[in-house]
Amino acid sequence: MACIEARGLRKTFGSTVALDGINLRVEEGRILGIVGPNGAGKSTALNAILGLTPYQGELRVLGRDPWTEREQLTRDVAFISDVAVLPRWIKVTQLLDYAAGVHPRFDRAKAERFLAKTSVKRGSRVRELSKGMVTQLHLAIVMAIDAKLLILDEPTIGLDILVRKQFYDSLLNDYFDRSRTIVVTTHQIDEIQDVLTDFVFINHGRVVLESSMEDFETRYVEVMVNSENIAAARALHPIHERQVFGRSILLFDQIGRQQLAALGEVRTPSIADLFVAVMSNPAEGAAP
Amino acid sequence: MTSQLTSQTETSPQDPYNPHSAGPATTSVPRPLYWSVRREIWENRSIYLAPLIVAAVVLFASSLSMIGLSKKVQDAAADPVKQHALIFRHYGMAPVPIMFITFIVGFFYSLDALYGERRDRSILFWKSLPVSDRTAVLSKAVIPLVILPLIAFVLGEVTQFFVLLLNTAVLAANGLSAAALWSEFHLFQEPLVAGYHLMAHVLYLAPLCGWLLLVSAWARRTPLLWALLPPFAIGVIERIVFNSKYSLALLNNRVMGAMEASFTAEGQHGMPDRLSQITPLSLLTAPGLWIGLLFTALFLAAAVRVRRSREPL
Repeated sequence: MACIEARGLRKTFGSTVALDGINLRVEEGRILGIVGPNGAGKSTALNAILGLTPYQGELRVLGRDPWTEREQLTRDVAFISDVAVLPRWIKVTQLLDYAAGVHPRFDRAKAERFLAKTSVKRGSRVRELSKGMVTQLHLAIVMAIDAKLLILDEPTIGLDILVRKQFYDSLLNDYFDRSRTIVVTTHQIDEIQDVLTDFVFINHGRVVLESSMEDFETRYVEVMVNSENIAAARALHPIHERQVFGRSILLFDQIGRQQLAALGEVRTPSIADLFVAVMSNPAEGAAP
Repeated sequence: MTSQLTSQTETSPQDPYNPHSAGPATTSVPRPLYWSVRREIWENRSIYLAPLIVAAVVLFASSLSMIGLSKKVQDAAADPVKQHALIFRHYGMAPVPIMFITFIVGFFYSLDALYGERRDRSILFWKSLPVSDRTAVLSKAVIPLVILPLIAFVLGEVTQFFVLLLNTAVLAANGLSAAALWSEFHLFQEPLVAGYHLMAHVLYLAPLCGWLLLVSAWARRTPLLWALLPPFAIGVIERIVFNSKYSLALLNNRVMGAMEASFTAEGQHGMPDRLSQITPLSLLTAPGLWIGLLFTALFLAAAVRVRRSREPL
């Protein structure tokens, strides 16, 4: 069974189309990154998946309709978003008490173990903690929930690189176990490229490109082309070309590595490079 | 509701290491409600602090008024009615300021309950946990309809009893008998009557609480204004177009109606304090009570629907 399955998912706010027919299938045990510019519809899509907003079209999360069956879904779905902030007045112990009191799948001991590794004090109020500590606290709570699906909407925004790295390390080492599914949106896509198993690009409420990381690594090749080969390289129809220190870097889609190796230095692009290429060249990106 | 809450406290002590509370056990419905109500009390400490402070103020003021009381009582020895009034003035009225402050706390609590969580954007965190909108709204209605009246009742009774002791002590210290005082005090009847009295008022004011919660779930800003504007507008329109005062009468009914329906009008001076004065049948058959409760249910149901699709401000 697919963890998330969307067909023709649409959402409009007045005359603004936020989601314009999204088709998406996320299998169990995947870590999907959703990438898109601001206002592309990422958060709206996540809100629909979480049952926080009504929508048109077909959407199933863990086999359920998130809008009409949100209550049952909340036991299996956890989420952190940069806007779902922890209340500032609450004490750390109260937060743990409350989560343990209302969540049937919350393992308090696990949350305590995770917090023991941080400098978050049990008696502190959230307002007394630094932004990084609040994120650690939120992560401790979410990781102690035995959820089937975890949704992270810009979870590390505004945090320094050390905390960001720690966040994803904890997620991978202490939480992810192949039976869970994680969906994450972030602007720092390069940092989580190694974490993801799949990614989708969303723009103007549509899926522009979706790929698994394996497909991505075999399909896209970046070549730092030697100047004498530039004409030959361009003849192979690169999907994007950029200049770095006077040299041309061309991005190719489904062209053999051996063929390209003759033109210059070959390497696997970053998702961010592909994103820039696809967004500045939407006709190419919208292919198959 | 109350019995559910109290039984919860007794039957499910929070032991995180208890194998029964860990693991994928299914929770019963009252657990999220119980913890949500506790959460409300954690967040809004004024729920108990404000009535406590007022109770302390009442006690302090009452003890100040004891100065010279004995002298006045002695002077009025010839006039038992005056003597009686002197002693009972503080005693009978002691719970009134406490009731009043809990009403004020309940008013502003209800107005902010579903607005504040959107303003500080914590609503998305609460929604990330398996607590339904129904439970969330219900837990916020429990505060003004159950918790605050309970606090007011207990504090009112305790304060009144302390004032009684204080009076007794002062009279005894001056060689006066407190027998008259105690004979007037219906030790067992008075709390029952006071509880009944309070409950009648809460039931009559419940639609106000429902309305405030609905506005607080719906308003994007200035919930106080939105809460007052529609009734005010209706009143003005009614006065100008029909030259009538039904809406004012309705408001009056919410405040005075409870009193009229739940007690006999005979032999009343001051607070009713005898079981012979209560008329529960007339309270339970008063259409005003049931219409009010119907509106309360409608307002709360609407608040649940509104909260469901509301986003942080």
